[in-house]
Amino acid sequence: MRLDRAGLIDRARPLRFTFDGVSMTGYQGDTLASALLANDVCLVGRSFKYHRPRGIMTAGSEEPNALVTVSPGQGQDPNVRATTLELYNGLSAESQNRWPTLNWDLLSVIDFAAPFLGAGFYYKTFMWPKAFWERLYEPLIRRAAGLGALNGTAKDKTYEKANAFSDVLIIGGGPSGLMAAIQAGRAGLNVIIADEDVTLGGRLLSDGGEINGAPSEEWLATVKSELAQLENVRIFNRTTVTGVYDNGTFGALERVSHHITDRPKGLVQDCFWRIVAKRTILASGALERFIAFANNDRPGIMTAGALRSYINRYGAAPGRTYTIFGNNDSAFETVLCLQEAGLHIAAYVDSRSDTTITGDFPIFRGAVVSNTAGRKNLQSITVRHDGGEDKISTDVLAVSGGWNPTLHLSCHMNGRPIWDELIQSFVPQGGAIAGMVYAGACVGHMSTAACLRSGSENALSVIADLGAKADPRTLPSAEDRPYAIKPLWSVASRTGVRAWVDFQNDVTVKDIEQSVSENYRSVEHMKRYTTQGMATDQGKNSNVTAMAVLADVNGWTIPETGTTTYRPPFVPVSIAAMGFEGAGKGFAPERFGSTHNFMMERAAPLIEAGLWYRPSYFPQRGEKTWRESCDREVLSVRNAVGVSDISTLGKIDIKGPDAAKFLDFVYINTFSTIPIGRMKYGLMLREDGFVMDDGTTARLGNTHYLMTTTTAAASQVMCHLEFVHQCLHPEWDVSLNSVTEHWTQFAIAGPKARQLLNTVLDEPLKDVQWPFMSCGAVNVLGVWGRLFRISFSGELGFELAVPSRFGDSLFRILIAKAEEYGGCVYGMEALNVLRVEKGFITHAEIDGRVTALDLGLQRLLSQKKDCVGKTASARPGLMDPERPSLVGLKTVGTVKQLTAGAHLFNEEDPVKSAYDQGFITSVAYSPVLERYHGLGFLRHGENRMGERVRMVDHLRDIEALCEVIPTVAFDPGGERTRD
Amino acid sequence: MRLICPKCGERDLKEFYYQGDALALHRPDPSAEPKLWDDYLHNRDNPTGVREDLWYHEAGCSTWIVVRRDTTTHEILSTEIAAIRKTSEEGAV
Amino acid sequence: MKFSGFELFKQGLTGNKGWGPHWRTQKPRHAYDIIIIGGGGHGLATAYYLAKNHGLRNIAVLEKGYLGGGNIGRNTTIVRSNYMLPGNSEFYSHSLKLWEGMEQDLNFNTMVSQRGQIVLFHSDGQRDDAVRRANAMINRGDDAEILSTAELRKHVPYLDFDNSRFPIYGGIMQRRAGTARHDAVAWGYARGADKRGVELIQNCEVTGIDIENGRVVGVQTTQGAIKAKKVAMVAAGRSSQVAAMAGMRLPIESHILQAFVSEGLKPLIHHVISFGMGHFYISQSDKGGLVFGGNLDYYASFAARGNLAMKEHVMEAAMALMPIIGQAKVLRSWGGIMDMSPDGSPIIDKTHIEGLYLNCGWCYGGFKAVPASGFGFAHLIATDSPHPTAAGFRLDRFRSGYGLMDEEGTGSQHNLH
Repeated sequence: MRLDRAGLIDRARPLRFTFDGVSMTGYQGDTLASALLANDVCLVGRSFKYHRPRGIMTAGSEEPNALVTVSPGQGQDPNVRATTLELYNGLSAESQNRWPTLNWDLLSVIDFAAPFLGAGFYYKTFMWPKAFWERLYEPLIRRAAGLGALNGTAKDKTYEKANAFSDVLIIGGGPSGLMAAIQAGRAGLNVIIADEDVTLGGRLLSDGGEINGAPSEEWLATVKSELAQLENVRIFNRTTVTGVYDNGTFGALERVSHHITDRPKGLVQDCFWRIVAKRTILASGALERFIAFANNDRPGIMTAGALRSYINRYGAAPGRTYTIFGNNDSAFETVLCLQEAGLHIAAYVDSRSDTTITGDFPIFRGAVVSNTAGRKNLQSITVRHDGGEDKISTDVLAVSGGWNPTLHLSCHMNGRPIWDELIQSFVPQGGAIAGMVYAGACVGHMSTAACLRSGSENALSVIADLGAKADPRTLPSAEDRPYAIKPLWSVASRTGVRAWVDFQNDVTVKDIEQSVSENYRSVEHMKRYTTQGMATDQGKNSNVTAMAVLADVNGWTIPETGTTTYRPPFVPVSIAAMGFEGAGKGFAPERFGSTHNFMMERAAPLIEAGLWYRPSYFPQRGEKTWRESCDREVLSVRNAVGVSDISTLGKIDIKGPDAAKFLDFVYINTFSTIPIGRMKYGLMLREDGFVMDDGTTARLGNTHYLMTTTTAAASQVMCHLEFVHQCLHPEWDVSLNSVTEHWTQFAIAGPKARQLLNTVLDEPLKDVQWPFMSCGAVNVLGVWGRLFRISFSGELGFELAVPSRFGDSLFRILIAKAEEYGGCVYGMEALNVLRVEKGFITHAEIDGRVTALDLGLQRLLSQKKDCVGKTASARPGLMDPERPSLVGLKTVGTVKQLTAGAHLFNEEDPVKSAYDQGFITSVAYSPVLERYHGLGFLRHGENRMGERVRMVDHLRDIEALCEVIPTVAFDPGGERTRD
Repeated sequence: MRLICPKCGERDLKEFYYQGDALALHRPDPSAEPKLWDDYLHNRDNPTGVREDLWYHEAGCSTWIVVRRDTTTHEILSTEIAAIRKTSEEGAV
Repeated sequence: MKFSGFELFKQGLTGNKGWGPHWRTQKPRHAYDIIIIGGGGHGLATAYYLAKNHGLRNIAVLEKGYLGGGNIGRNTTIVRSNYMLPGNSEFYSHSLKLWEGMEQDLNFNTMVSQRGQIVLFHSDGQRDDAVRRANAMINRGDDAEILSTAELRKHVPYLDFDNSRFPIYGGIMQRRAGTARHDAVAWGYARGADKRGVELIQNCEVTGIDIENGRVVGVQTTQGAIKAKKVAMVAAGRSSQVAAMAGMRLPIESHILQAFVSEGLKPLIHHVISFGMGHFYISQSDKGGLVFGGNLDYYASFAARGNLAMKEHVMEAAMALMPIIGQAKVLRSWGGIMDMSPDGSPIIDKTHIEGLYLNCGWCYGGFKAVPASGFGFAHLIATDSPHPTAAGFRLDRFRSGYGLMDEEGTGSQHNLH
């Protein structure tokens, strides 16, 4: 029911919402939880294992029970905590984990089988018959498990990421955090204060009280307005700091617009912040804990602090008759709250016989709640006291077992909490996070005055630490009651009656006892065996209690029992909020060359090559398959001329007096001896002796070389070269620059290549000029460029490079001319066929496990000099004659197809691993040879020319008889390349 | 994690490439016995605590950096330009 | 006590009070035939098979924390055998067979779920590599099949087939691959070993290895000195530190691998799926949580916690591959310490010290290896000769260059595997 008291809701702004299809009304300022309680909805969910009816238990992000699905259907968002979900007009929410309805959940029969479903029951059964696990048991378990559901469609919601830097990050906007913020702000530090709630204030918003002799909201308003005016202070509302990372880095989730009905276009749902701060003040407060007693999980039983929040802040009363059960003085405030609201207190149960509480309601001292009744809503509690037991009718039981400091973030870097006898809970370990100090309730200061003091003191120390000047003023005065607590973790109950510790996962005291009796007695074993602490609240409500119960069962102290670690995130964070940038094309940058538009105009299918997009082939009218286009392109190159954009190959400009020496060291062959204007194929090893990459390097000047790398390895090679220079030979005077993007480079290949080239060169080439493997500067239609006489196709070939801004224009001119000569533009497929026909290798062959010897390139290795990888390549295992070596293959049987990835076997051998002779790495259909040509690695390959082997590809269901042939299948003498 | 690039200043981890132990600076002589090469290429002290390793400011200034840090706390103790370290060590020999 | 549905019923009627401990709580005796350093998955499996296959009883497993507290207790629980290279190939094939009979062998439900693993490929080149691998799997008797995009759309319709940065060209499915309940594996082996007389000693950290005249004679521990005829080091995550006690310097660099679990969701993902471009893999646990992971954090570390950059990267990979899980909320993330070796493959071998054995270098693939690793290591310890399925994991392969098992082809840099 809704009370007539003010609270922080705006009664002038009613909001319509639905829960499980029932339409209700709340107010601006409500959470879904407070609105449900105001509408007398008590049952909101079902527990995970036993499908027990559950109500709202807390008023914060730690809520274990009230998880709902928001906007069911399109845009469905499962497992949203009703306790932190701000109400908005049109909000539609549904309960979860029930079938068919929340009220009548058929799976609640599981609760009756509970005696057989104790801790770890599933490890002891479902093993017979063997095949039934996947077929029967597991599908049933999977269907019963899980909470909410995803709707199976990608959501069209938007997110953003942002970075923030500050001197001080204050986590938590309660009295301690506010006091710290005001001090740090006045000292001129760059401050961020982040709070999970919609507004600053923390417990003040729920508990009110007085500061400086006036209602605390007056102080709060003053502080907020001062902070808002300080330009050096940024207030992050609705922002949960989710994780602590190294060197002052924090992750934080800002819920930007979940609470807005019609989100304007462009406004994101969430923003994920990376905050970097020099110092951090953790002022995250404390969470009230439960007490384990029989049937303590019924709807209507909640923490005392949550009840005060609902009454004071939201004006929502969850019932008519109230009972309170506690073991500490903080429960007193609940009495005041209920009395001020004019609500009926049926009993106050305090486990302490010396409690100082007084009042005109039944008070049970030295008593406990020993049981409760009411399946879908609390109806009564049983109070056990010296004089026996009393049954008391009540709608709501407020429980306070004490307060647990919210120290989770202090554990994100492996800090272990410390047991504090005074507050009977854990406090954060000092120095657990470099640069982080703790203020207020998170370190055990429970009164408002102590929190203000602690916030101020910590801020002053941080201010001094950062060398700023504080502007200290008198501390505000406030309530400073001692926090008197006597531990009470669980109330002994009759055999067979369950007392819950972990509510969502249905872990009871009995489960912990059973876990210990089966020798899962360490805290980690108990947790894993019972699943305590593994629910969506990650043990926020249950860990300390579970530890205490475990200690008791083991006969250990709590410090001896230890604690488990809290790990990020502090609250669950959606995958989308942290990873939305990866969706669609966002996962990696897209690199387009200067001729990209042309490729698109020609409708060339693009393929990914590293981060680049390259054209696969250029379809022409009437061509139905890629092979038709590819064959045409290959034949055009072989018969006329082809033009291809090869700019994605890495180009590294190497300059300096020691450039030649440097190249001799990174390649296995020698570059210092090649004349200016010449180029050479080079093979590069990793230091472990295996091939890293290959390419050609041209000597452009005495101290100037240009290296090309494969597209895939360009950045790896650059990194490697810088390593060799900076880390191995900094004394060498050489500089390295990647110029891949600066130059657009075209391969012009085919019998008419020179003819075509001459149409764009300002000074046409004569036949005698530019012998094979020469290079130099040329003028291309008035533009300065570079020409390389080189071929990856086995044809008369050139590579022509111009500054990238001229690339598109030159490409169009070249292709137009080529087409006049009966040639064409060609893509990657044709390029691959041409190179396979010629036995040229790519990273299909250089797969990181091959040596120069395997490739038949050992002869390149200069014996006259050292080079990277030389020593390791001489390891006996890398020189082993048993290693497979590169060969060519063609089919000789009835099956004419070869497939890459197939393995090779001797003709008569069984097709088994033990008989494996090798495998095929590259296959191309050669329209010139009118057959498939394959490259592969074969044991003793170099000595097996003319032998027959079987190719077996189980996956494509192809088996073919092959003949081992040389790798070069076309123009083995290389006459075409050399004129 | 944030590293201080000696040339660019404090930068986020994302800008850097990590290679491994800074012993990579000390490439053995090509004729050194296999054990030395095995130690260079494969075997590692791999300490729990302070170690030095090599990082490359790949998305920055391309400087290779020797980072001295603690493997249990991730505290960065110092960063130094690898080429300068290498040069000064060579000079000291 | 034999676990069964009947026993569960019987115990349920009497308040589950009669189960008894799954293993005994032990204090170390002064001497054993064999000491196993490390009570993780591999150590417990080794103890189990020493007892079961070789009839050895006088064995202690020394664990510095709690049993199963290492990477066996924090991984993404994937079981598969998609290895290609000789050495790895027969080993993982053997391991998968042991997984298939595990529950019945251990009388403990480790929930081995052969739901199938799909490895996606995203280019022609990746496809050819994947086919080579899959053919190798079939050649040695395991299963693998290639799925076209159309077939994938039937199995995993929720992938982003149409708009992804790296289009999905197809996938390789191993139907016999899947997941298992990781903790249960440790507990099942522990219970089985204990039942056969092995002593499992927790909170007992080894602080020194005693060697006399080139032969191991015992260990020093936080619970005193213990003599042993043979000592087996199987302490991944701290392999270098343990081996250093014997004066050894291992080819290991330790790195952090993060893993993530989401809040419980109704069943959505029915396979194990690996993204070929993003080092991302995912499955859904029987409890409903999405369990997923990515690549290493890249730098050597023993901090057992992950960095933010890799977290974001893994979430981005998830969004790239299957944006429908965007609304799933990550509940917990953790980082385990991986023994990264120079070829990405493990070491199971004798050492130069007589009686001292080494099992390490599992990189981030140790979970699926647990049964065969224990099986093979037990054989080595008991017989002093390697088991044929684990004979490739020699310590000297890096120096000699023989039999390197670089499945990724990334070379000797530890963190690149």
